[in-house]
Amino acid sequence: MNPRRFPSLNAVISTAIAIASGLIVLAGYFFVQAANGQASLWTDLRLTLLDWAIILAGFAIFIGVFNLLQVHFKKIQKKQKGSFYSLLLILSLLVTFVFGLVRPAQMGFVFTTVQLPVEASLMAILAVTLTYASIRLLRRRLNLLSVIFLLTAVLMLFATAPLPFLGLIPGLSDVLRPFIAQVMAAAGARGILLGVALGTLTTGIRILFGADRPYGGNK
Amino acid sequence: MSNWLGLAGFGIVIFSAIMMLVLAFLRRKSHPVFRDIPAFTRLRQAVGLVVEDGSRLHVSLGRGSLTTPQSASALAGLALLRRLADLTSAGDQPPIATSGDAPLAILSQDTLQAAAKFTDRAASDLVAGRLTGLTPFSYAAGAIPAIRDEKVSANVLMGNFGVEVALLTDAVERENTFVVAGSDNLTAQALIYASAQEPLVGEEIFAAGAYVESGPLHSASLTVQDVLRWLVIAAILVGAGLTLAGIL
Repeated sequence: MNPRRFPSLNAVISTAIAIASGLIVLAGYFFVQAANGQASLWTDLRLTLLDWAIILAGFAIFIGVFNLLQVHFKKIQKKQKGSFYSLLLILSLLVTFVFGLVRPAQMGFVFTTVQLPVEASLMAILAVTLTYASIRLLRRRLNLLSVIFLLTAVLMLFATAPLPFLGLIPGLSDVLRPFIAQVMAAAGARGILLGVALGTLTTGIRILFGADRPYGGNK
Repeated sequence: MSNWLGLAGFGIVIFSAIMMLVLAFLRRKSHPVFRDIPAFTRLRQAVGLVVEDGSRLHVSLGRGSLTTPQSASALAGLALLRRLADLTSAGDQPPIATSGDAPLAILSQDTLQAAAKFTDRAASDLVAGRLTGLTPFSYAAGAIPAIRDEKVSANVLMGNFGVEVALLTDAVERENTFVVAGSDNLTAQALIYASAQEPLVGEEIFAAGAYVESGPLHSASLTVQDVLRWLVIAAILVGAGLTLAGIL
C-alpha cells in the first residue's frame, strides 16, 4: 500500500483521537459552568484529559533521557568529534542518578554546586555574546531599523545605569527612559502579543482540522 | 458572565474555522500572493543548497511545553519541520531536530519518521529528533554540538526560546552557516533581531507554513490572521473612541 495515497489505520486512529481530544478541551474552556452553577461535563472532561497529558509528559521525560543516552552512545561508538564529552555526559548522568537513589534528600547539592554555577557561567557568556552581536548587527543588516534598534539599546543602557560621579542622567533617566519603556515598547509588545495570539488561534484550528499532524499521521 | 465570554470566544473560534475552510476551498487551485518576507526567500534558497551539497538541515524547536500556551510556536515549528523534511528528501542526509522538551522531542522524531515514510526514503535516523536538555541553558549547550559537528549548513530556530537563543545564533555565526530564527517570546525576539542573520518578527513564525507552501489551509490561516487583526484594530479604535466619549 502506498502511504502517499492511503493513510495507515494507525494514522487515522491517532488523528481521530487528537481531533476529539482537542475539541473536548476547547469546549471545556468555553463552557465552564452547567445550568445549575456547577462545573460542566466539558470542564470535568477537560481537566481529566489535561491530567492524562501531564502524566504522559512526565513519562516522556524518561523517554527523552533514553533518547539523550542513545545520541551520545552513538557518538562514542562512531568516535565522532566531541565523543569524550559524550562519555562525560553519560557518566555524570549515571552518577547523578545513583546519587539521587542513595541520597534523595541531598539532590539539591548537585544542583547548587554544579548545575547552577554552570548555567550562571553561560548567562555571563551571554552578556559578551550579545555585546558582540550588537556590534556585528550593522555589518549584517545596515538599515534604518537596525540603527534605531542599536540607538535605543544604548540609550536605555545610559538611562538605566548611573554614571560615575554623575549618577542618573536628568531628562534621560526620569523622562525619556520611562516614555520609551512604558509607552513605545509596551505598545509594540502588546501589538506583537496580539499577533502571536492570533497565530496561536489559527495554528490550533489547523491541528483541530487535522491539517497539521505532528503525531505521525501521514499527510 | 463567564458563559457569555465563553460563548463569545467559541464564536470567534467557529467564525475563524469556517472562514479558514471557505478560503482553503476557494484557493485550492490558485497560488495566493503574500508580502515578501526575506527570511523565507533565503530559507528556500538554503534548503536548495542543503540538497545540492549533501549537507544537513537543523531545526531547533525550543522549549515550549505541549501542555502550555507556548506549545503553539513549537507546533508551528513542527509543521515547518515536516515540510522541510519533505523538501530535503532528495538530499543525502535527513534533517535533525533538537528541542528542550521531552514530548516535543518525541513529536519531532515522529514527524521525521512520517516524512521519511511519506517520501519513500529509508527509515529516518532513530536519533534525528533529539532532546538536548531540560533546562534553558542545558538545552542550548546540547544543541550547539549539533550545529557545529554534524555537517549542518542551514539552521531553523523556531519555537519558544528564552535568552539562551543568543547562544545558538552565536554558534551558527561561528560556523558561518545560514540561520532563520523566530520565537513567540518577546525577549527572545529582541535577541534574535540582534544576533540572527534572518530574524522573524512577531507572528511571522506562524506564517512559515504558508510561505513554504505547506497547503491551502496554511495560506487560508494566514489570511484569517490578517482578517482577525483588522477586526482587533477596529475593536481597539472603537473601544478607545467610546472611552474618550465617556460611554464606556
